[in-house]
Amino acid sequence: MPAALRTARTGGMLALAVVIALLPLALANNYFYDVAVLVGLNAIVCIGLNLLIGYAGQISLGHAGFFGLGAYGSAILTARYGWPPLASLAAATAGVALLAWLVGRPILRLRGHYLAMATLGLGVIIAIVISNEDQLTGGPDGMSVPPLALFGHALTGEKAWYWVVGALLLLAVWLALNLVESPGGRALRALHGSETAAEVVGIDSVRQKVMVFVLSAVFAAFAGGLTAYYSGFITPGRANFLHSIELVTMVVFGGLASTFGAVVGAAVLTTLPQLLAVLKDYEMVVFGAVMMLTMIFMPKGFVPTLTARFAPGERK
Amino acid sequence: MSLLRVEALSKEFGGVHAVQALQFEIPAQGVYSIIGPNGAGKTTLLNLLTGVYRPSAGRIWFDDKELTGRAPHHYAAAGVGRTFQNLQIFFNMSALENVMVGRYLHERCGLVAALLRFPSLARAERACRAEALQLLEFVGLAGYARAASDSMPYGALKRLEIARALAARPRLLLLDEPAAGLNPTETQEIVRLIERLAARGITTVLVEHNMKLVMGVSDHVLVLDYGRKLAEGSAESVRRDPKVIEAYLGSEAQAHA
Amino acid sequence: MSPQLLQYLLSGLTVGAIYALVALGFSIIYNASNVINFAQGEFVMIGGMTTVSLIAAGLPLALAALLAIAATTLVGLALEKLAVERVRSESVVTLIIITIGASILLRGLASLVWDKNLHALPAFSGERPIALGGATIVPQSLWVVGVTLVVVAALWWFFNRTLHGKAMLATSHNRLAAQLVGISVRRVLLVSFGLSAALGALAGILIAPITFTAWDVGVMLGLKGFAAAVLGGLGSGPGAVIGGLALGLLEALSAGYVSSAYKDVIAFGIMLAVLVLMPGGLLGRRSVERV
Ligand SMILES: Nc1ncnc2c1ncn2[C@@H]1O[C@H](COP(=O)(O)OP(=O)(O)O)[C@@H](O)[C@H]1O
Ligand SMILES: [Mg+2]
Repeated sequence: MPAALRTARTGGMLALAVVIALLPLALANNYFYDVAVLVGLNAIVCIGLNLLIGYAGQISLGHAGFFGLGAYGSAILTARYGWPPLASLAAATAGVALLAWLVGRPILRLRGHYLAMATLGLGVIIAIVISNEDQLTGGPDGMSVPPLALFGHALTGEKAWYWVVGALLLLAVWLALNLVESPGGRALRALHGSETAAEVVGIDSVRQKVMVFVLSAVFAAFAGGLTAYYSGFITPGRANFLHSIELVTMVVFGGLASTFGAVVGAAVLTTLPQLLAVLKDYEMVVFGAVMMLTMIFMPKGFVPTLTARFAPGERK
Repeated sequence: MSLLRVEALSKEFGGVHAVQALQFEIPAQGVYSIIGPNGAGKTTLLNLLTGVYRPSAGRIWFDDKELTGRAPHHYAAAGVGRTFQNLQIFFNMSALENVMVGRYLHERCGLVAALLRFPSLARAERACRAEALQLLEFVGLAGYARAASDSMPYGALKRLEIARALAARPRLLLLDEPAAGLNPTETQEIVRLIERLAARGITTVLVEHNMKLVMGVSDHVLVLDYGRKLAEGSAESVRRDPKVIEAYLGSEAQAHA
Repeated sequence: MSPQLLQYLLSGLTVGAIYALVALGFSIIYNASNVINFAQGEFVMIGGMTTVSLIAAGLPLALAALLAIAATTLVGLALEKLAVERVRSESVVTLIIITIGASILLRGLASLVWDKNLHALPAFSGERPIALGGATIVPQSLWVVGVTLVVVAALWWFFNRTLHGKAMLATSHNRLAAQLVGISVRRVLLVSFGLSAALGALAGILIAPITFTAWDVGVMLGLKGFAAAVLGGLGSGPGAVIGGLALGLLEALSAGYVSSAYKDVIAFGIMLAVLVLMPGGLLGRRSVERV
């Protein structure tokens, strides 16, 4: 095997591309395509969130808020103000970036559980505002969203979305891998390792944390907007605390500080409830039990545990 | 001309005066040592001189620029580097990456360039890697470049911290007990390393317990006791100072007896 | 004081007392283990729902409540024994995910054992409001506030005057030193889960006559309890009580004077502001990190 293919970067990207290209062979009908698209969209959120939690070591229990703002911002601009979808998506994402930047500076000075609480509070506030501003958002009943139009063509159908989301997922992975291997990405990992040591070699910790916080919010908002256009309908549930938890769980399940882990985590935990749906009433019980058992027996998460098993000695 | 100047510097922790009204200047050349019994306030002083702690009172100038109250990264940017008594290694990275982080100040690149991996960045990364390797070699850790830092022995980690600090190209390097916990051979290597630093034109501040080591390499010694300056001067004059003998060397001698 | 303001203060005090009990549960476990137990809200739910079932089965209120607290305590002990104790990882995030998994599991179980409907519990001493300086208060509120006071006093006594309590406090300050003087850290961890579960159940039983109970009431109560604990300063007992009362009062006043839809927004907003200004909460330990 050529050396380049063995690096997480090239080899992993190629493997992911192959999976995306070949998966349709196994997708029997539109329902499966639908699940695959949702996996891709969640994976994009998780890749961003993993930069924050896995690499920089800063927890957020409020990212569903950013996801929800991206979704509702895009939907409202398109449905209520008649903006073109792409412009709405861009504006909503930029708006979320601005918000994350504004709140990030004060909040990211907090540590550990205090940061967890602050981000959680932020998420709760966003979710309540979305629920209550029913003039704009349709309130708890949700709102319908026009389809995404690309160059005059409406993007509809699970199959078309599959390829778009697949391409965007690859792009997201590529961006994240690039960042992690840049000086800025090293600075983030350094903060996680020892904040004091990072600062005394010249890293402005607050600035770096705000940067990655904004970046992860942008990933979430962008995927949120896409999800709104794809589903054609959104409800405030997408912005609430439980969804934030779901996102963090995906990241941790897949493996902290592993970009491909984030993808795997999103895939498993998006698919699992669909599989469990046959269990109907037992769904929550099984889901909760799976979460607990994986964390007890694979605390490092899925991908790092597997890599450690099959490539002992090699890291990452 | 002095490189670093401190005026009436104090640090208090809820009633404990760890550093009290210190006044001194560190000249732009040579090895400046800070000694004193355990708990004398040496580490606290280094934390103050790197912005890790904010002084309760007093002022700090580096190169005639006042840095009092600024965050650690401002001190680093001004040219102050350090190591830690309690190791602060980035254990989630390889040895080489630890040193590469040290190059951060000279490697700044925009977010967009990083995300899109501009070719210029790839080139800079190669240069950064090469320089980090050289530094590992300089401190005698060439063999550990690819090692995961959490698998390295203690003595190697001490030198890894020095390499990381050097990567930032500091003008003033503060070493907090670099030989603590090392065997005589390793200590000898550290001494040689300190001498080579001086040859590189880096001013070194050495906090150390090992008196032989201090007296051998220091151009200037500052003695602390209970956060206060007890004596200051050349190694020779400090060694003869009765106050120092009583407070520090005396107790040391007792401890060895 | 206007009767209206008094009314808001009274209702804020009632809710705040409940938050304080939940927050104390968070703090006790946090002290013993540095874990934030996101299943704390589920203890509240289990306490309330079990009592409802036992009363429906014909038991008198006091006995039903006692059995419910005992049952919830067992759930807490089981959670510690079967899950938390087995975790080898030191990572805070891993532990958070495990307790979140536990909360989802318990909620799922509750929806199976019981149902997904709202349930009421009869008030302990009738429903007739008592007039108080122009405002009124339901007798259940007096129960809530009174029992909370007793519990806080009992906890203070336990942690400051008994050997077990002091051992638990010592462990939170310095785990290694505690071990060296012969305190069993595992026992402390187990007791802390049992105690927190009991506190949660008690809160759930006290509040059920006022707000109803259901399989999913734990989500919001857990969040509020966590918010109160953080607001007061994690790990601080007095902080948990003050944080709980402050949060309850803030909510009641915002609901009364601003908007009931936005009461949580205001409460969480103020909590955020406090955290930004005082990063360790109101009564948190303020220490400089050593390096
Ligand atoms: N972060 C801190 N919080 C409270 N007290 C501290 C802190 N850092 C140092 N001290 C106290 O300051 C005094 C000086 O400590 P230190 O600077 O570590 O001494 P040295 O390095 O000379 O052994 C000691 O009494 C120590 O307990
Ligand atoms: Mg020291």
